[in-house]
Amino acid sequence: MSGSSLDQHFGIDSSLLPISRVLDEIPLGVAVLDHSRNIVFINRALVSLTGFDCSESYGIPCSYILRCNHCFHGCPVKQLSRENRSVTSESNIINRSRTKIPVRVTSSLLVDEDENSFGFIETFEDIRVLESECAKVDRVLKLDDMIGRSPQIQRIFQMLPVIAQTDSSVLITGQTGTGKDMLAEAIHKASVRAKGPFVKVNCGALPETLLESELFGHQKGAFTGAYENRLGRFRLAHNGTLLLTEIGDLPLALQVKLLSFLDDKVVYPLGSSKGVHVDVRIIAATNRNLEEMAQEGRFRRDLLFRLNVIRLELPPLSDRKEDISTLLDHFFRMMSLRFKSRAKSFSPEARDILLTFRYPGNVRELRNIVEYSVNVCEGDTIEVGHLPAYLIESADTEEIDVEFDDETGDDSEPVAVFKLDYPNWRAAEKKMIFEAMIKAKGSRTRAAAILGWGRSTLWRKMKRLGIE
Amino acid sequence: MIKILVPLLGDDVAPRFDLAPEAYIALVDNNHNIVEERTIVLSEASAETLCRMILDERITMVICGGIEDEYYQYLMWKKVAVVDSVIGSSSKAIALASRGALESGAILMERSSPK
Repeated sequence: MSGSSLDQHFGIDSSLLPISRVLDEIPLGVAVLDHSRNIVFINRALVSLTGFDCSESYGIPCSYILRCNHCFHGCPVKQLSRENRSVTSESNIINRSRTKIPVRVTSSLLVDEDENSFGFIETFEDIRVLESECAKVDRVLKLDDMIGRSPQIQRIFQMLPVIAQTDSSVLITGQTGTGKDMLAEAIHKASVRAKGPFVKVNCGALPETLLESELFGHQKGAFTGAYENRLGRFRLAHNGTLLLTEIGDLPLALQVKLLSFLDDKVVYPLGSSKGVHVDVRIIAATNRNLEEMAQEGRFRRDLLFRLNVIRLELPPLSDRKEDISTLLDHFFRMMSLRFKSRAKSFSPEARDILLTFRYPGNVRELRNIVEYSVNVCEGDTIEVGHLPAYLIESADTEEIDVEFDDETGDDSEPVAVFKLDYPNWRAAEKKMIFEAMIKAKGSRTRAAAILGWGRSTLWRKMKRLGIE
Repeated sequence: MIKILVPLLGDDVAPRFDLAPEAYIALVDNNHNIVEERTIVLSEASAETLCRMILDERITMVICGGIEDEYYQYLMWKKVAVVDSVIGSSSKAIALASRGALESGAILMERSSPK
C-alpha cells in the first residue's frame, strides 16, 4: 500500500509530507489497523521485523501478520477504550524467518477531532538486546540453582569458582534451610569433578553400625546379613564429590575413620583388611557449631581442622533481607509454572507480610510458603488469606508494641516497655510478673500494686505459672 | 496418500504453531479426496505436544503459520514436509496441498478492504 492511499484512507491531507514516509522513518515497528483490526499499513521497521511487506499484509487481520503471543492470550487492542487509550505489554512474535523475537508492544486508540475512534496504532520494540542484558545480570545473581543479590551471597558466588577449582575439603555451615546442600552441589558442578558422581550422605540419618557400612562398604560375611559385598558411598563417589551432611551428628568412632581417610585417601570396608584407594573430594555441611562441640569433646578437633580447610558460612535469610524479594519472585515463577497456576502476582499486603517475616526455616520455609500459596490461590492474585495462617498470626503479633506503665507505684518510669515477641500470652505474663517483682525488690504486695492487680491475683497467677 | 496436520485457530490455519489450541488431521488419497478427517482439541498449546503428535500419527505434511526454526528443522529432519507461513482457511490450504500447489507464505484469505 502506498503512502498516499494511507492518507486517503484516513482522509488526511498530506500533500506536503505523506504520513507513511513519516512512519517509515521511525525506528520502531509501527502497524496501523482499522476498526476490525485489519492491517492498513506497516512501516519499514515492522516489515524488517516480521518479514511481511506492506502490500501483502494489507487488509489481513493483524494476528496473521504480527503473529504475536498476546493474539492468543488477551489481545491488548481489545482492551482499548476512550478511557483506556493506550496499553503496553511484553510479548513475542515469530517472523517469517522462523525466529521468535521478544517485543514490547504499545497499542493505542486512534481518535479524530470529535473523539470518534477510527482505528488503532501499535508499536513494536525489539527487546532482544534488553533481554540479553537481563540475562547477564541474572548470571551474576544466580549460581546453579542458588539465587541472591545480598553482599554476603555475592561474596560466596565470587569465591565459588576459585574454590571449585581446588581439591581441598570444604566445610559449609549455616542454619537449616539456608542451602548448604545446593551450595555443595554447585561447587561440584563448577569443579573438574563435575563429570564424576555427586554422592550425598546424611550422617544423622542412620545408626552408627549401618552408617559405617553405608560409608565405607562391607565384605560379604562381615556381619550377620552381609550376604554380598557392598561398595559404600566413598567408593561410589570415586572421581567425584562426597557430601557429608549433618557432619556434627557423625559418631566419634566414625570420625576417627573419616580422619584416617582424609589423611591417606584409603577406605577399609567392614570385614576387610585390604584398603582401597579412592579419589574423592569431601564437602561437609552442618548447622551445628563444631568449634563448641570440639570444646565439649563431642567432635574431634583434628577432624575439624582437616575439614575446615575452606569454610563457607551461609547467612540466615533474616540477615539478608534484600534476597527475600528476589527469592520470592523466583519461587513464585517456578511454582506457578510447575503447578500451572493462574496466579500472576502477590497482593501488596501479602507481599508485605512475606517481605517482613523472619523465616526461622530460612529459604526452605520461604519456598514452602510460596508453594502453599500458589496451590491454595485459585484467582489471579495471591491475597493475605492464601498465606499460611501462622504467618498472619505472627505478623499480627510482631506489629504490636505494648507499653506497661506503672500507674500505682511511686516511680514514674514504666515497668516494662518491650516488643511482644513471645509465643503466647502465658510467656508474656510471666515476663511481666518477673519485671514487677524485680522492681518491687521481691515484695509481692508492691509487685501486685505495680501490676495493678490484687495480691491474691498475683499469688494465683504466680502459682499457675510456676513462679516461686 | 498424504496425511496432513494443520494447527487450527477456528477454521483457519493458526497464526502460530506453538499456540494452536486445536489440530486438524486429514488423510488425502491420490485423487485428492479426503478419506479420513478429525479435529483434536489439544490439552495445552505447545510446539512439543504438536511435534509428538505429528510423529505418533505418522503425519507426512504439516501446514502451519509461524513456526520456530527449531521445530521446523526437527520436523524436516523427521522427513515431515512443512509448509509454513500459510494464511487462510484450512480447507483451502488442504485442497491446494493435495494437488501439490501449496507454497510457504501462501495467503489464501480474502483481504477485507479496511473500514
